Amino acid sequence: MHDVNASRASNAFVPLMASAVLVNAVGLHARPSVKLTQCAKRFVAKIELALASDGPWTDAKSPVKVMRVKAPQGATLHFRVTGPDGTAALAAVLALVHDGFGEA
Amino acid sequence: MSNSSSGNVGIVIVSHSSKIAEGAADMVRQMVGNAVPLAWTGGDTDGGLGTNIAGILEAIEAAWSSAGVAILVDLGGAETNSEMAVEMLAEDRRARVVVCNAPVVEGAVIAATESSGGSSLAAVKRSAEEFYA
Repeated sequence: MHDVNASRASNAFVPLMASAVLVNAVGLHARPSVKLTQCAKRFVAKIELALASDGPWTDAKSPVKVMRVKAPQGATLHFRVTGPDGTAALAAVLALVHDGFGEA
Repeated sequence: MSNSSSGNVGIVIVSHSSKIAEGAADMVRQMVGNAVPLAWTGGDTDGGLGTNIAGILEAIEAAWSSAGVAILVDLGGAETNSEMAVEMLAEDRRARVVVCNAPVVEGAVIAATESSGGSSLAAVKRSAEEFYA
């Protein structure tokens, strides 16, 4: 799906990195994972997340993989974004995390 | 239950229990939203536990999308009856309906998540089946 084309397209782009702390009470459980992947899928860029700045990296467009990260409240989510719309993509996922995925 | 929308892949939930099917559909609606055609069916024609082909056909019709329909099933008869229902579809529709090898609740939520992003039927099936990967 996005794998082949995204990685081919992303070769020319420098990865953008940023991190944000999970503020919502339940962490990255099912519902936030769905919101995050829905958000990530709106962009062409390859979007990955990890609990540490050196990975291991998880495809943020895969709801199954994002849920398996089981990131708790207070965890720092690191994002690595590569692609033509990377800046907007990074801003969007960071805003979602900062906003607690719209949850309390 | 159904809802018409968009060209996103439709999701059909088939369980032996109408309560499980309805509950799984509730989870999809609340977690993923309304951008995906969704229908569920559960129970036999007498209202007991089981599945029936007519109910499955109705659900496929209710969730129909030009992008196709992904069916999530629970056990045994839900799968065989779903496959028989697909066989009974008109030829041009048959190729656009797949039964996913995924857990019914989790698979429905993930399939709908994938569909809500405008993914193809193949991508929706692949994503739901990641649970067993």
